[in-house]
Amino acid sequence: MNKQITRLALTGLGLMVALVVATTYWQAWASGDLADRQDNQIQRVAQFTIERGEIRGRGVTWATNRREKKGGRTFYFREYPARRLAAHVHGYSTQSRFRTGLERSMNDYLTGQNANLSTVLDTFVDKAKGATIKGNDLVLTLAPRAQRAAQEALGGRCGAVVALDVSTGKVLTMYSSPTYDPNLVEEDFDLVTGVRAGCKRPDALLNRATAGLYAPGSTFKVVTAAAAIDSGRYTDDSSFVDPGYCEVYGKRVNNYDTSRPFGRLDLHTALVNSVNSVFCNIGKTMGARALVSYMKRFGFYEDPPLETPSNEREPSGLYKDGTLFDPKEDTEVDPGRMAFGQERLLVTPLQMAMVAATIANDGLVMKPFVVERIVAPDGSVVQRTTPDELGRAVKTETARTVAAMMKDAVEEGTGTAARLSGVTVGGKTGTAETGIQGLNTTWFICYAGKDQPQVAVAAVVEQQNSTGGQTAAPVAKEVVQALLGSASNS
Amino acid sequence: MSLRNRELLNLVAVGLLTAIGFASVYIARSDPSELGATSLTYAGIFMSLYLAAHLVVRYAVPYADAVLLPLTALLSAIGVTLIYRLKPDDAFRQSLWIVIGVILFAVVLIALRRDFRILEQYKYLFGVTSILLLMLPALPGIGQTINGARLWVKVGAFQFQPGELAKIFLIVFLAGYLRDKREVLAQGRLKDFGPLLLIWGAAMLVLVQTNDLGSALLLFGIFLAMLYVATGRAAYAAAGLALFVAGAAFVYHFVSHVQERVTIWLTPWTDNPVYCAQTGELALRQDCGSFQLVKSLYSIGNGGFAGTGLGKGTFTTTSGDPIIPYLNTDFIYSAIAQELGLVGAAGLLLVFMLFVARGFRIALLADDGFSKLLAAGLTFGFALQTFIIVGGVLRVIPLTGITLPFVSYGGSSVVSNFILLALLLLVSNRANLQAARNRP
Repeated sequence: MNKQITRLALTGLGLMVALVVATTYWQAWASGDLADRQDNQIQRVAQFTIERGEIRGRGVTWATNRREKKGGRTFYFREYPARRLAAHVHGYSTQSRFRTGLERSMNDYLTGQNANLSTVLDTFVDKAKGATIKGNDLVLTLAPRAQRAAQEALGGRCGAVVALDVSTGKVLTMYSSPTYDPNLVEEDFDLVTGVRAGCKRPDALLNRATAGLYAPGSTFKVVTAAAAIDSGRYTDDSSFVDPGYCEVYGKRVNNYDTSRPFGRLDLHTALVNSVNSVFCNIGKTMGARALVSYMKRFGFYEDPPLETPSNEREPSGLYKDGTLFDPKEDTEVDPGRMAFGQERLLVTPLQMAMVAATIANDGLVMKPFVVERIVAPDGSVVQRTTPDELGRAVKTETARTVAAMMKDAVEEGTGTAARLSGVTVGGKTGTAETGIQGLNTTWFICYAGKDQPQVAVAAVVEQQNSTGGQTAAPVAKEVVQALLGSASNS
Repeated sequence: MSLRNRELLNLVAVGLLTAIGFASVYIARSDPSELGATSLTYAGIFMSLYLAAHLVVRYAVPYADAVLLPLTALLSAIGVTLIYRLKPDDAFRQSLWIVIGVILFAVVLIALRRDFRILEQYKYLFGVTSILLLMLPALPGIGQTINGARLWVKVGAFQFQPGELAKIFLIVFLAGYLRDKREVLAQGRLKDFGPLLLIWGAAMLVLVQTNDLGSALLLFGIFLAMLYVATGRAAYAAAGLALFVAGAAFVYHFVSHVQERVTIWLTPWTDNPVYCAQTGELALRQDCGSFQLVKSLYSIGNGGFAGTGLGKGTFTTTSGDPIIPYLNTDFIYSAIAQELGLVGAAGLLLVFMLFVARGFRIALLADDGFSKLLAAGLTFGFALQTFIIVGGVLRVIPLTGITLPFVSYGGSSVVSNFILLALLLLVSNRANLQAARNRP
């Protein structure tokens, strides 16, 4: 019988070995996947025993911790002292609703679990000593004054404002309305979702600045003008005749105001006065694919780069049946309508701010960022963000020519509401019909600076019954004032 | 050094480990005032209990294996420490059960110290008793269904799982029966297989009756292993396994509880809501049927390599509600894996491996068929039970609620495993004694 007993013993021990292998699988191989699962309640609770890093910057504490002892354990619950001011940027970290915003995407840094050998060793030693793990702080680039200016200017209206530092890509303002109080998410989620605002679908949790998709309206003419001039086919004094409408596929597309055709005019004047027919003809000549290739150079067709989670950012471009659509043939898209911002174009405020910033930055696209640096508990800098170029969208001369057009649009054209004394402002208005009579999505994108362009702003307001010049331009102006005021103070 | 002195030394080492374990739970609870006195007292009481067991071993079975008792002490110490950490009230009850277990252990050793082979004469009594015990939970009035499985009997305030004891009785019966019939069975005549088919039928019956795949698999696995050891015919084991799978597949189609367990095992996570039998509504499976398994896997995963440390694991929400049900019985392994990490969990499995290796060593050393079959059956049963519950928790096999020997909270389990240990030591004692006598 001993032969059988030996074999049985090997079987029995083999079963035990299988258990060791399976345990190793779950604890080493698959543990990361398990930890990432949204329904992992243990992970969620365990995270509260870590003293999460603060989110702060420029004199404001965006997120901090409330220490609480429960059942012999110390928990660190999140508190957001600035409440609604930049909720969409930093997001929330809760037990019942998990995490959003930077709280989600930067979780590894905030919990000190970023894969840097020295921090891993530190946390291991801390664990062994039984000490509380401390996370790293995030220092943001947001300017609180401008953030507040955006909040006040938008008021109860739905929309968003993004402001970028022209030469670096720093996000100075990112405000989405309606906003929410992240302190209420854990206990009073109904108050967050039940918010009322001046639009059909308020969805307070949506970051409209990076994930709100809007028809760009005439602000898109900046892209078309840049593409037209950069291609070498047009100059700012190329001559056009405006009959008050443009004919596309045998159908008339009217200007905003058809009663007053401009007659003979040049491209510069056409942008200053936002003449649809001129851009319509440029689009027909250049073709949709040429426009799309320029859009891509400005950053369209990709998630706008930022440190927030990728599911909170949407790419701008042509959309077809709810998904991004890259035409293979010129005939798939109406290039005339597209050139002045209609067709099926959908864009995010962040993307349009990038367009304005690129024009103001001599055609160089800067990568937007909102986390300026990451600081360890001992005060040392774990990581500092250095400005990064995404590439060149258009030639320097092209950018300067378009910038001059935008400047005149504010001084004498559609964007006069954004004029500021002592500051050079160049901008472009946009008024996109929503399909409902009398309700428009209104836009204003601009750059501004004392001598050089310093900041670029994109403002969008939903469901307005007048133009971008009347509704969005004043919002952008308030933010520019707050930014340049604070810039001169610092 | 003599066997018994070695055993004593091992026990002292285990006592130290127990003291350290309790101390770390106290420290984690940040209750250092109680640290010195209470944890040392606890370890002291624990130690003296095992010292008493050791003395009984010295008296009754002086030549028995010197490692099994310390390994048992270690397993039960880990169990009590974890249970104390999870649910302090249960730890006291578990300690009481260990005391009762040790008493029964002593009774069995002393009663059978001259020759345990007397058991062989009563093999049919054991066989019949085993079947009766298995049927008990099915009796109306005293049978209890817990967590979907009908494995419990309740008389007054007293609640136990007769299956645990039935397992040992069945092994004693099989050891006697198979020793008797092994030559006949090895010839492979069909008519000799009647009683074996009867056992297969009984296992299926148990499965249907208790709704519990785990107990059926355990009993039938023990049976096949012992049949193989007795006859040397691997084909029997294979055929038996095929029969079991066929039977289980049949049952699978008719018992929704078994069906659900298998579905949960195959796809614990769903991306879209599915029908939830518990609420009758649509829900993600990880929020419904498979939430126990999934939460247990999260617990294991959270442990990582080194674990969170004793007393520092996460088993409740911040408001103190438990996240994982049956944590100190079915899911004690996932608690250990979280707090002690891969290092601790693998260490625990190593202790089980050592126990199993020693058990089979005893079977190899024994010099008569009954002893060999008994030791091999008990040891394999121990190994298989460990595999079924830990493998279920780790999603190696469908999860079924049986106990982890000596570690899980549960009186019937602790007591019957102490009887198992006593029988192994009796076989070992006799084998070593014979070997010493035969040495020139």
